[in-house]
Amino acid sequence: MSASKISARACNVFYGDTHAIKGVNVDIGSKSVTAFIGPSGCGKSTFLRCLNRMNDTIDTCRVEGTITLDGENIYDPRVDPVTLRARVGMVFQKPNPFPKSIFDNVAYGPKIHGMAKSKSDLRDIVENALRRAAIWDEVKDRLDAPGTGLSGGQQQRLCIARSIAVRPEVILFDEPTSALDPISTLKIEELIDELKRDFTIAIVTHNMQQAARCADQVAFFYLGELIEVAPAAQLFTAPKHPKTQEYITGRFG
Amino acid sequence: MPTEHIVRSYDEDLRKLRDMIARMGGLVERQVSDATRALVRRDSDLAGEVVQRDVQIDQLEREVEAYCVRLLALRQPMAADLRLIIACMKVSNDLERIGDYSANAAKRSIVLASLPGLGSMNGFERMAHLVQENLKAAMDALVQSDADAAERVWAADEPVDEIYNGIFREMLTHMMEDPRNITAATHLLFIAKNLERIGDHTTNIAERIHFAVRGESLPEDRPKGDTSAFAVVRAPGE
Repeated sequence: MSASKISARACNVFYGDTHAIKGVNVDIGSKSVTAFIGPSGCGKSTFLRCLNRMNDTIDTCRVEGTITLDGENIYDPRVDPVTLRARVGMVFQKPNPFPKSIFDNVAYGPKIHGMAKSKSDLRDIVENALRRAAIWDEVKDRLDAPGTGLSGGQQQRLCIARSIAVRPEVILFDEPTSALDPISTLKIEELIDELKRDFTIAIVTHNMQQAARCADQVAFFYLGELIEVAPAAQLFTAPKHPKTQEYITGRFG
Repeated sequence: MPTEHIVRSYDEDLRKLRDMIARMGGLVERQVSDATRALVRRDSDLAGEVVQRDVQIDQLEREVEAYCVRLLALRQPMAADLRLIIACMKVSNDLERIGDYSANAAKRSIVLASLPGLGSMNGFERMAHLVQENLKAAMDALVQSDADAAERVWAADEPVDEIYNGIFREMLTHMMEDPRNITAATHLLFIAKNLERIGDHTTNIAERIHFAVRGESLPEDRPKGDTSAFAVVRAPGE
């Protein structure tokens, strides 16, 4: 297991009076894939959203404990959430390209973060991001076409290109393939496998086989608690905790 | 595992798999015991039946394997379910081998029945008895998902090896005493070896069951007592 990029300690999350995440301790290995699995409402997405402070946008949400990125507490008041989110990018369940051209979708982030010195520089960043998201060949001749005109699988890869264009260190995937067909799903999985060479990846998925295929480490959440975290091969062949066993073999409730 | 699958037909599938393996195990146990009886009683008819029945075991093995492949493809089993299915596949393999050894022993006992007897069959009876007990205990452990019972079977093969060593020396001595004994003694030696191999496959089965139930393997080194590979018997006066 590689050194940990993100560490959560005694992490508690509340929505008003609801205790959504209960004392979670977990390390997310650098340049590897960590998958969060568990039944709906178990808190896995809530926890994922803590990792780049997406929960800040919810008024009633309160996060306790510490979450560190490279040893620094991301909930420190001095941390700017916008800068944080450039370091910790996110890809959502439903592909959500901006209603702009394919090019502008990818160029937007680098522009607002002032990452491009010139037009040609920006073009290079966009091309590079689209290539890395394995969609360049499909869109290179129609970069001015609207991003929303692409197929679902292509839109999702465009969103991945958009998030890697700002050169994040971590990418969070929240159910990135649940709206996609099996072949598009495999393309995203192949992409994740490729991206983990340079990025730290955390993925929430309802698809256990997907977690088994993609993840180096898998964390199982249940009722807001982290029940078990283990290397994927271990968790899916011989889980330690009976609850994990019940869930992954389809014996729940 | 006490709780049942959400998809009930999956439980049915796994139950059917357990039934198939239990049936195969029962048939193989009978083959071992009939082969032994045919040997000790010099009963060629019974030996012939054992040889004939072997095809049924081969057939069952193919059925178990095809069924396991189907379950893997259709159910994408995980954790204990996955381990059970893989274990059944492997166990059916070991059972098939045990069936082969029994049939081979039965064939040899047909030849032996036409030759003069060669000393007492006590060693063979004891060895066969131990092997059968272990095999039965292993299959019971599978049916009951009992890892401790499996581990006991796994550790209980040493006496089998010891009897085998004794038979090995005894047969060499018979051969040295009178070359006319060589045919019978050689067949008996192979039968003893077959029984000893059946014991080894039984320990394999025990290992699979232990892994299926607990998710962890037994240690590499099993207590072993077969020293016949180093045995030398010297002729009198040599």
